[in-house]
Amino acid sequence: MSQTFLGMPLLPVFGTGNLHASESFPKAAHRELGNAQLRANLGHATHTIRDKRLQVVSELPDWEQLRDAGSAIKESVMARLPELLEQFEKNFTARGGVIHWARDADEANEIVAGLIRETGETEAVKVKSMATQEIGLNEYLEEQGITALETDLAELIVQLDHDKPSHILVPAIHKNRSQVRDIFLREMPGADPALTDDPAKLAAAARTHLRRKFLTAKVAVSGANFALADSGTLAVVESEGNGRMCLTLPESLITVMGIEKLLPTWQDLEVFMQLLPRSSTGERMNPYTSLWTGVTEGDGPQNMHLVLLDNGRSAALADEMGRSALHCIRCSACMNVCPVYERTGGHAYGSTYPGPIGAILSPLMTGIQAEENNSLPYASSLCGACYDACPVKINIPDILVHLRGVDVDSKRGKKKIPTQMDAGMKAASWALSSGKRLGLLEKGLPLGRLAAGPDKKITKLPGIAAGWTQSRDIPAPPPQSFRTWWAKEHRGPDADGGPMPSHNKGDQP
Amino acid sequence: MSARDEILGRVRAALKDSPQVPQVPRGYRATSGLDEKALIELLVDRLVDYKAQVAVVDAAEVPTRIAALLVGAQSYVVPAGLDSGWLAGVEYEPADGRRHLDSAATPLTVAELDGIDAVVTGSAVAVAETGTIILDGSPSQGRRAISLVPDHHICVVKATDIAGILPEALRRIDGTRPLTMISGPSATSDIELERVEGVHGPRKLDVIIAR
Amino acid sequence: MKIALFATCIVDAMYPATAKATVAILERLGHEVVFPGGQACCGQMHVNSGYFKEAVPVIANHVAAFESDDYDVAVAPSGSCVASVKHQHPMIARSCGDRALEKRAAAVGAKTYELSELLVDVLGITDAGSQLGSWFPHRVTYHPSCHGMRLLRLGDRQQRLLNTVRGIDLIPLPEPDQCCGFGGTFSMKNADVSSAMLEDKAANITATGASLCSGGDASCLMHIGGGLSRQGSSIRTLHFAEILASTEQHPAQIAGEVQLLSGKAAQ
Repeated sequence: MSQTFLGMPLLPVFGTGNLHASESFPKAAHRELGNAQLRANLGHATHTIRDKRLQVVSELPDWEQLRDAGSAIKESVMARLPELLEQFEKNFTARGGVIHWARDADEANEIVAGLIRETGETEAVKVKSMATQEIGLNEYLEEQGITALETDLAELIVQLDHDKPSHILVPAIHKNRSQVRDIFLREMPGADPALTDDPAKLAAAARTHLRRKFLTAKVAVSGANFALADSGTLAVVESEGNGRMCLTLPESLITVMGIEKLLPTWQDLEVFMQLLPRSSTGERMNPYTSLWTGVTEGDGPQNMHLVLLDNGRSAALADEMGRSALHCIRCSACMNVCPVYERTGGHAYGSTYPGPIGAILSPLMTGIQAEENNSLPYASSLCGACYDACPVKINIPDILVHLRGVDVDSKRGKKKIPTQMDAGMKAASWALSSGKRLGLLEKGLPLGRLAAGPDKKITKLPGIAAGWTQSRDIPAPPPQSFRTWWAKEHRGPDADGGPMPSHNKGDQP
Repeated sequence: MSARDEILGRVRAALKDSPQVPQVPRGYRATSGLDEKALIELLVDRLVDYKAQVAVVDAAEVPTRIAALLVGAQSYVVPAGLDSGWLAGVEYEPADGRRHLDSAATPLTVAELDGIDAVVTGSAVAVAETGTIILDGSPSQGRRAISLVPDHHICVVKATDIAGILPEALRRIDGTRPLTMISGPSATSDIELERVEGVHGPRKLDVIIAR
Repeated sequence: MKIALFATCIVDAMYPATAKATVAILERLGHEVVFPGGQACCGQMHVNSGYFKEAVPVIANHVAAFESDDYDVAVAPSGSCVASVKHQHPMIARSCGDRALEKRAAAVGAKTYELSELLVDVLGITDAGSQLGSWFPHRVTYHPSCHGMRLLRLGDRQQRLLNTVRGIDLIPLPEPDQCCGFGGTFSMKNADVSSAMLEDKAANITATGASLCSGGDASCLMHIGGGLSRQGSSIRTLHFAEILASTEQHPAQIAGEVQLLSGKAAQ
């Protein structure tokens, strides 16, 4: 190893940018849940995509083998990351590309702005990219006097509406068709006043709006879905053709990509290009995928730049239990099946990365103590639907639980007065770690029965338990526990539950 | 310290537990085992599902088919390396400016391409199971821009170039060429997650499968 | 076969009828049931809330209570608690650096079964009506709890057993795989989202027209039942063990006014 650890900053170095919840998840969720239109839109969209995904996944006899391969490939990428990054750099550079390294959001933004400025342009077209959302590139460029024009339909909707994306694949999932029409009529210069809310008509309006920009743009900014270490190849997976426009027509292309996006070899692409489209849009294949390896003379951009972004990824990598969150290929299957996301939408998560993957990725990248990100790992009932849907088998529920542990441990000894939860958990640990103690406490069940009153239900509890009774009753406890019954009354076979009813014996169909 | 060295240092430090590099289990299908007839049927089914138009013809009929598809086009572009026999059925009058040749050496400008109605290309390989056609920038397919800007793409796929599944197809091509994988006309699912065809890429895709 | 019953803390304290039903079914099949007295709780509330340190004594207590060789298999009428015993116990022991406990926990987990798993896979029950004498003339719908479905991969074992109960009218629940919103302390920490999930689950249950909702986890059923009760619904919840244990001679005791299919009230 040529590098030395001397002088290295202590790990982890956390990420910055749009990775934080600025208010706690329960508070944000409370507000979003109050928006009936939002809930209807999300319910419709997530159910549509769930059915489509299940359909195309069930067509493949080897889906589970593909998931196993995808998971193992990503695990090996993480284990070999330094070596693969250097290999990729060498190959990309040899083919005429230029690599820039960015420690964090600010550094990446400065690099991109500098590269655009070098071209003499003040406008750039953009292909949808999570990495540039994460670093807040558009806002930064605007401050620098550079206009970044989003060209993906959903990103365009969000940008025109001065809104924030709420989903990683379909950033405008929280809007329905008539809301999109209203935004176009209000914000799109020259929009036809007779525009209907037919999605095909809306797509055609976006085509007209962006066509001139595509044909005249000199600079494009993109993300990348995959980067192949053994060849220096980059891949962008898309649907509309806006990606091809940006990746093919301008003179300069600046790609911003997280360091975890690498795949070791060309062969690995056969796995991910089967996993990604089916998991994301529920299609057998997305309409367009572009792959390019550095500069090709006479075809496509002749100035090729790649910004390799850390911004907290190395911090996530340092967490042995959590590092597999970096396997994420941004398909969004986990949010589409998540019952929490379906009801709150993406804005409640604060970060660029919403849903189950965001609930682990954001705190892993920023550290659990950043702003309100420690509320994110609790934004799940641990139902496990996300794990089943994940094409690279990220065990999101286990990592959520792990991060809850990190959160609890991070506060130990720091609070003068323990929270109700702390005190309750401590008491419960004492009571539930001995059959004798639990048995003794159960002697108090008749008291609870008394408290329940003649209706035999408890309808109001104080403190944190009030959350339960806001929408649910608790039944009156039984007069005695099972334990007591067993000791006092259980008399063995043929007594308690009754023997096998005689008329049924030998009554096999 | 440079950002590069610092990031690589952070990554190395993050891996101080030296995680194992797992063996990648490749138990997924490597081939489809389908014969040419089945491959063609499957590819047609998938392309139609994407709302592409498909014709399966004998190789000798390709020129007639292309000519028929170009009837309404005021102008069209072809890569300089396209099999010239394929255009034998199209009436050619050099002076009418209907046919445009493009190559890396003599490229059309983007503005010129924008004024052209259609493009005819060959293809490198197709994937039956996913309805995907892969262009690799070789002479019969040309620069990426020509199959992008005109609104109507006519693409010839030779039956012998159809692979059953993606792993078979990717094994047949050089990954370092400028590649475009095309599965139907351009489309979006951005409004209510319902697919609609026709956004920025060619809104009309005609595939001619040549036996 | 000698079977050790892990009642689970919630069933022990709040739903003893479920444990009694489990005992009745197993004894009816001629097996000996033992109740290790040291048992208390699987500790998943602590684990799922991030209190790993506090979970360790709870886990250690469970392992100590069940590591005897004096029984063949252990069974619990809960997918969630069995999943915790099998998956979380070794994981937490390891993360807290107790390798010995990890090994012992894994051994206990290996011989612990969820009730339907034991009945179908080990005891070969395919027809509850004829093999257990199960009789339950009610209109019932069934919610498959998440942990049984996704962590234990129970598939349709519980539902298949219910389907073969004599007299039952089992009505499919719309969107059965959707979480009811319980999630342990999630129901308190994120009470609004949890309530919204529960609302949809309750609406789906109500839409079936069933008078009872069955399931395999007392905690989820308490959540669903608590929501239905708050809405003033007459639909009750009942663990599938109690339905399997119900016979003509010993019909299940159901709280409240539940209409028999024949039109008579059950109580």
